[in-house]
Amino acid sequence: MNSISNMIDWFVSTGVLNMAMIALIYLTVFAVLGLFLVLLERKVAAWFQLRIGPNRVGYLGLFQTIADALKLVSKELTGTVKADKFLYNLAPYFVIVTSLMALAVFPFTRDLQAFDINIGVFFLVAISSIGVIGILLGGWSSNNKFALIGAMRSGVQTISYELSVGISLLTMVILTGSLQLSEIIEVQKSGWLIVQGHIPAIIAFMIYMIAGTAETNRAPFDMVEAESELGAGYHTEYSGMKFAYFFLAEFINMFIIAALATTVFFGGWLSPFGITDSLPWMGLFWFLAKTFVLVFLMMWFRWTFPRLRVDQLLTLEWKYLLPINLVNLVLMAVIVWLNLTIQI
Amino acid sequence: MGYFSDIYHGIGTLLTGMRVTGKYFINARKGAITQQYPDNRDTLQMFERFRGEVVMPHDENNEHSCTGCQKCELACPNGSIEIIWDRVIDPETGKKKKAIDQHIYHLGMCTQCGLCVDACPSDAIKWAQNFENSVYDRTQLTRILNKPGSKVRAGVEE
Repeated sequence: MNSISNMIDWFVSTGVLNMAMIALIYLTVFAVLGLFLVLLERKVAAWFQLRIGPNRVGYLGLFQTIADALKLVSKELTGTVKADKFLYNLAPYFVIVTSLMALAVFPFTRDLQAFDINIGVFFLVAISSIGVIGILLGGWSSNNKFALIGAMRSGVQTISYELSVGISLLTMVILTGSLQLSEIIEVQKSGWLIVQGHIPAIIAFMIYMIAGTAETNRAPFDMVEAESELGAGYHTEYSGMKFAYFFLAEFINMFIIAALATTVFFGGWLSPFGITDSLPWMGLFWFLAKTFVLVFLMMWFRWTFPRLRVDQLLTLEWKYLLPINLVNLVLMAVIVWLNLTIQI
Repeated sequence: MGYFSDIYHGIGTLLTGMRVTGKYFINARKGAITQQYPDNRDTLQMFERFRGEVVMPHDENNEHSCTGCQKCELACPNGSIEIIWDRVIDPETGKKKKAIDQHIYHLGMCTQCGLCVDACPSDAIKWAQNFENSVYDRTQLTRILNKPGSKVRAGVEE
């Protein structure tokens, strides 16, 4: 009896219990958020194509994705005979765990931040490159040529576009002088960074959105999945909940890219012109509103542009985005050095 | 300077595309082309060119304009149309002439190609817009298009 109470004391005193509780809350909230994003994608896609979209399950089809998730949970987990069983089962966890880990560092409002580290932006860039290992593992261990081609394309694409994401974020870090996300938001109390940094910030934002869309493997950069060529790409052989992990991770990654853009370019939870400064909880509203506007922008890209070829993708990155990005980085450095930023 | 004009042109065309889909997005609620079929069954209007099944329109005097020329029967590639005809005596002129007894249409064999409607010289048959054509017994798919007691409208044969 005594040893059990000692253990409980240890859990409470070291904060492990708190961490576990926060992790559980985050998991629940973001699983639901992922499902909601899938529904939003389907509805937005329908409206872009003059359709109606899911409207049968529940009021206005709001429970459609929950029904889909329940179906996926109840399905059999299949696999190929010659699959590398260990890696095959490990791959979905790589993908989902990294995207959930990335969520920990976001400041959703003034004090709602699970993990405020001083290398926040660096942590996010690092974590997002681990996700591609899961995709490569999944594609390779499936023992399926389509999955392997999809995974290899993903490797090419993510590794190329990570450079652009990294450098465009670095451009903004010159302006903030800090990698800590809460610090970046503090800096923006005198104007959102896209206003403070004017021309180079806008260029950096455009590059970030293009590269971010490519990094989440969404259309027009979805050669990784390319339904018309590869079946479903790297997750062709996955079924049931393991497939759902890949699917959910894709949508949470989209949220992460949009949330990071919100934090770095659009002032995170800060309200425009400080109109709701007296109501701290409104920060959450502003954060989510800005994020969903950017998520909508990514959906708009997806349902407008046709898929690129692999060589076009690499041309875009290495001949256009990267050189412009490097020039832009120098431009931003000059602007910060000469104090040409706009402060409100 | 091809490099920069390429970028400018590229962004311009992307924005054009986004403007088009953006317009669709805004108008989606008004202009959705999806028909919510079983729900709007009472108000659903099929479009004019839809080929449901072949029908023979009759006017208020129970008269149709089929002369029994059998061009539709010849035109049909599947043999979906069978015409049973007879010679009857025209009450006005007293001469014998051809008239249909039954215009039999097998919906089960019909591929909705429309050659019979095209071939008809007197526009006696046309397409109906109904589409709920399933029945429980295949004998119900064989239809007699001319109504009982009907006769050909005077003046069609000229």
